[in-house]
Amino acid sequence: MLSFVSQRIVKGVFVLLAIVVMNFFLIRLAPGDPASVMAGEAGASDPMFVQQLREKFSLDRPLPEQLFTYVKGVVQLDLGYSFRQQMPVSTLIAERLPATLLLTLTAFAISLILGITFGTLAARFAGTWADTAITVSALLFYATPIFWVALMSILLFSVYLGWLPSFGYETVGANYTGWAHVKDVALHLIMPAMTIGLFFMATYTRMTRASMLEVKRLDFVKTARAKGLRNNIIQRRHVLRNALLPVVTLAGVHSGTLVGGAVLTETVFAWPGIGRLLYEALLQRDYNLLLGVFTVCSAMVLIFNLVTDLVYRLVDPRIEFAK
Amino acid sequence: MLKKLVLALALGSVSPLVFTSTFALAQEPKLGGTINAVIQPEPPGLMLALVQNGPTQMVSGNIYEGLLRYNKKLEPQPGLAESWTISPDSKTYTFKLKQGVTWHDGKPFTSADVLFSIETLKVTHARARGNLVQLDKVEAPDDHTVVFTLKQPFGPFIGIFEVGSMPMIPKHIYEGTDIKTNPANNTPIGTGPFMLKEWKKGSFIQLVKNPNYHVQGKPYIDGIYWQVIPDAAARSVAYETGKVDVLPGGSIENFDVPRVSKLPNTCVTGEGWEFFSPLAWMWLNNRNPILANKKVRQAIMYAVDREFAKDVIWNGLGKVATGPSASTIKFYTDDVPKYPYDPAKAKALLKEAGYKGEKIRIMPLPYGETWQRWGEAVKQNLVDVGMNIETIATDVPGSNQRNSEWDFDISFTYLYQYGDPALGVARNYISSQIVKGQLFNNLEGYSNPEVDKLFAEGAVATPDSKRKELYDKVQKILVEDVPVAWLLELQFPTIMNCKVKNLITTGIGVNDGFRDAWIDK
Repeated sequence: MLSFVSQRIVKGVFVLLAIVVMNFFLIRLAPGDPASVMAGEAGASDPMFVQQLREKFSLDRPLPEQLFTYVKGVVQLDLGYSFRQQMPVSTLIAERLPATLLLTLTAFAISLILGITFGTLAARFAGTWADTAITVSALLFYATPIFWVALMSILLFSVYLGWLPSFGYETVGANYTGWAHVKDVALHLIMPAMTIGLFFMATYTRMTRASMLEVKRLDFVKTARAKGLRNNIIQRRHVLRNALLPVVTLAGVHSGTLVGGAVLTETVFAWPGIGRLLYEALLQRDYNLLLGVFTVCSAMVLIFNLVTDLVYRLVDPRIEFAK
Repeated sequence: MLKKLVLALALGSVSPLVFTSTFALAQEPKLGGTINAVIQPEPPGLMLALVQNGPTQMVSGNIYEGLLRYNKKLEPQPGLAESWTISPDSKTYTFKLKQGVTWHDGKPFTSADVLFSIETLKVTHARARGNLVQLDKVEAPDDHTVVFTLKQPFGPFIGIFEVGSMPMIPKHIYEGTDIKTNPANNTPIGTGPFMLKEWKKGSFIQLVKNPNYHVQGKPYIDGIYWQVIPDAAARSVAYETGKVDVLPGGSIENFDVPRVSKLPNTCVTGEGWEFFSPLAWMWLNNRNPILANKKVRQAIMYAVDREFAKDVIWNGLGKVATGPSASTIKFYTDDVPKYPYDPAKAKALLKEAGYKGEKIRIMPLPYGETWQRWGEAVKQNLVDVGMNIETIATDVPGSNQRNSEWDFDISFTYLYQYGDPALGVARNYISSQIVKGQLFNNLEGYSNPEVDKLFAEGAVATPDSKRKELYDKVQKILVEDVPVAWLLELQFPTIMNCKVKNLITTGIGVNDGFRDAWIDK
């Protein structure tokens, strides 16, 4: 197992470097650069000002030199300096990471717990009205655009009912401490977390249902029934456990993107996370910040893929690590 | 003999008793409270000498100050300078600084700070550099006097001292350091009515009252929270649910303005944009052989239904532009050729010009839904008169790049006028401003030696009557030539809870700080 992990880490480092290089060029294919955006915002048309900005950001250097400097920095765990935010990229990411993780992990937990539960129920009562209700709801949540769900929930829960705050991470100026602060953040978290959570829940529900129905037909389940095991035990120990493998695969892929945040949801709910940072960096062509977020996200995808492979082994002991 | 222009007393130097009792007849300002306002996008920094984008000016206009402020008629008012005189030859401007002004860290503000600020801004502030082009020297005979000497008279010079155009920065903090990397930029020190307390990136910027502010009794409120909300619909909801009190102009989509304006306890004002006077137009690329023909450009002016755009797309806000100057700035004249909506005339002019349906690319401004809709409406107008129009969709950086490389046929824009044609109008039409790589100014590539001459003379002529004569003439020539297609004088109303009083007291609007604002609790 140790050699498997170390091999994957070495491969991962090379994959990450390749991703950095590709992203570096991809970002620069988009028209415009941060200097022109910042000069435009400043109402400064004077070419000297734009040139000063380009020099300041080293954008006047040849592209290979810029790439070399950037990759050298990444190797030394230095993600560079954000042109627009005027801060080191790693500081910016570190500042936004807790909010993003809180949001995405909550959403992830909601989606997994509800998704697996509803998927199991739908499979258990396949063909009944309960199955139809769950399947149709899942399809609805999956098909509805996230930003629409976000706006409609703001309209309902903030504007009409006044139950939940419509934006932000906490009540600005309230200066809550202790439990009051936890409650305040939790209230702000409900809508964005549910918005993302319901979308992914739909995926897990459908995946769990399909997988369970497939496993249910297999011989070992018939054997278990023939042995006289109770249905609940069969469902939990034999069917669900085996049916979870594709759900784990999917969750592994999704979990890698958690750090990237949820661009739309964070933007609509003014959640101060990395997704919003990414969105703003894109509009402002803040190359270093974009690359930094992409690099961290890519690293997380690689790490979570490795973790997923390890979790397979726990879920299904028949799986062995390649020698 | 010195021509004493204004020797008005600063509000703070007026006896507080006299001022208060006069004001009390109207409504007595109440002390305390906090104003929650929207800021979007989040400013990249608050050091106004380094960053001059809109959001930075809006927040930092509370932290820093300029030598002068300007009322809604754009007449100079005392700021850090309590009085000023202009020599008869209009080449020497002498400012008397207010006594007893201190920086937020307690150090005194003196003429040395003014000199240091001027020298710094010449390097870091593109607009200030342009404004100071006629400056020969600046001297400080004593701690509270500053003398500007110009190379030649420059009419708009008295109009360049507001906080966004010329913020005063502390010499004792920046002298001998690299201003761009000085860590003090994260904790800006100004002389303004508010001080930075906390900036939680992505969430809010908190400013608190400066207890030692030099205008006695002000500011009235205890602080301001600038809340960062990136989505326009979410900003509307934040106001609707009472989480924010002030939506500065442009905070919400224009089509949402009528609805939000009708919410209970909501006050709306279009004031506070007099200095900026945003004027929208379409750059018509004069290098394009079709658009090089004056008749085609005139046809476009007749073809575009600007009243419709004002009434429908801008919900009745703004005013149809008559030419290169907004009606709110100096030396405006409406005695120019008129271009009412007249599709028949547009078709006739296109026919005369020999237009045969060649493709013309139109690029709307990527600033949100209102601008996209406007682009579609104009396209429809032009198609209706027989033009072959293709829309280019792009984002802000893409649009900046195309504009600066002159890679467009028709491109929407709006630019500020800064109160005087020499500052905000001439730059869009004079030949010296045809520079590839520039993001705006004369991007259309219009060149007319007579226009160049008139604008050059207008900037340095004295007295004002002479300037007016020159600007009247140049406006007529331009409107006849149609180098660009003028659309609307835009209006970005500030929407606020009616409990917020006296928010906008100058022609600079919310960018001039909340020092006069108070909350009627």
